[in-house]
Amino acid sequence: MLELKNVFFSAQTETGTKDIINDVSLKIDEGFVAITGPNGGGKSTLAKLIAGIYIPTKGQILFNGVDITDMSITDRAKLGVTYAFQQPVRFKGITVKDLVTLASGRDLNISEVCNYLSEVGLCARDYVSREVNASLSGGELKRIEIAMAMARSTELTLFDEPEAGIDLWSFSNLITVFEKMHEKIDGTILIISHQERILNIADRVVVIAEGKVRDDGPKDKILPTLLTPSACSVLTGKM
Amino acid sequence: MALDSIQKQLLEKIADLHEVPSGAYNIRSNGESAGRNTTANIDIVTKTDKPGIDIIVKPGTVNESVHIPVLLSESGIKETVYNDFFIGENSDVVIVAGCGIHNDGGEASEHSGIHTFHVGKNAKLKYVEKHYGDGDGNGERIMNPTTVVIVDEGGYVEMETVQIKGVDSTYRTTTAKLAKKATLIIGEKIMTHGKQTATTDFSVDMDGEDSAAHVVSRSVAKDESHQLFISNINGNNRCNGHTECDAIVMDNGTVSAVPKVNANHTEASLIHEAAIGKIAGEQLMKLMTLGLTEQEAEEQIVNGFLR
Repeated sequence: MLELKNVFFSAQTETGTKDIINDVSLKIDEGFVAITGPNGGGKSTLAKLIAGIYIPTKGQILFNGVDITDMSITDRAKLGVTYAFQQPVRFKGITVKDLVTLASGRDLNISEVCNYLSEVGLCARDYVSREVNASLSGGELKRIEIAMAMARSTELTLFDEPEAGIDLWSFSNLITVFEKMHEKIDGTILIISHQERILNIADRVVVIAEGKVRDDGPKDKILPTLLTPSACSVLTGKM
Repeated sequence: MALDSIQKQLLEKIADLHEVPSGAYNIRSNGESAGRNTTANIDIVTKTDKPGIDIIVKPGTVNESVHIPVLLSESGIKETVYNDFFIGENSDVVIVAGCGIHNDGGEASEHSGIHTFHVGKNAKLKYVEKHYGDGDGNGERIMNPTTVVIVDEGGYVEMETVQIKGVDSTYRTTTAKLAKKATLIIGEKIMTHGKQTATTDFSVDMDGEDSAAHVVSRSVAKDESHQLFISNINGNNRCNGHTECDAIVMDNGTVSAVPKVNANHTEASLIHEAAIGKIAGEQLMKLMTLGLTEQEAEEQIVNGFLR
């Protein structure tokens, strides 16, 4: 359903052009796929290329056979691509209910919004009418971001480090959320993560490093190679 | 004419004023009184020396409201109206004022309302003011409201003023004097478009001990419009003052903010904030990933911001 063909992406920096994605080809079909790899390896950039926030310098992206390489963010979203940000955005005056409703694309009543919020472990009644502004913590925003992705329930959902910024206490609940999602998904979940417990839920793990696919295969095959001491260079920091 | 979501929302708000409100009201239409109702506790008296009315709320009046809409639909009307509000001690009332100008003609229509509030001891007042203009003519729609608020000991005043589109030129002046333990909260929402200009000028004197003032302005300047926000908060005693201007500029719109706080007492605690900028790219992007077009995303952001 999603296919990247020889995708390149380079960005302008002060010192010149920097290659961030370097000839990535990937074919992703139904299931739960995790992308991992060192910081700065190009994982988030890859997600942004798929969501349309960045346009590849070279190469092609296909979604269900349709070439979406130059398609706008909006058109991709309408086709069925959802992207949950690593750093969710704040909005003055816009409420949690507004955002979840916009995400779902239809009129939701309070109890429907509450259901989505409860699934990500937020006490719904306290949050529904709150503004998505600076009064919410980073962890709360992340959960709302995940609730929005669930409300959209599209064919492809990209999560960029959903665990980042969530406290350990809530983290096990979050794992349950993704386990549940895995059980009942119709589409594909592509999740960028450094967390072993999230990688463990995946059917397939792709390792991205230095802008390339370093490794790719079933979880059982890839995970052991990541968890040996020599893999320290692959899984850094956030473990 | 196609309505965008902001205009629809505004129409809803204005529509409230078109119904005959319950409680006390005074409707002024094209320079003349078009309807009035008083209650046992709220009296409305026409001034004899100049145009305008006195609204007198008896001490201890609670849970009552006063509506005083002004409508101008004839082109070329220029009026200055003086309204004085006397809010009795220990009362708790809501006053809804608003001015709608529909100008299809070629001459300027102008309404300048001078509202003076005398808020008694421990009285609580919520004042809501909405300004709206429309019409196809070349005639300018001009509104220059002046508001004077004098709050006695322990009084609490909350003012919500909204001016969204349609008013070509506005100069809003608000001055306030706060006695001991008096509180004033002002929330202002302004959106300008086309070649409109809007100036809003606040001056608050916190004279009494433990008085407090919060003046918050949220505004959006579109097209070629220009806005100027001025606030002058004087802490003349032990007090808490806060002024904030938060503005979005779009197209070629421009906004200037001149917040000024003056601590004239060592126990005065004063804060000013001003943030002006375009809509953050990541906000647009987020809403676009939900399937909204860039324009729809902008509308949602502006709509929320001015809510």
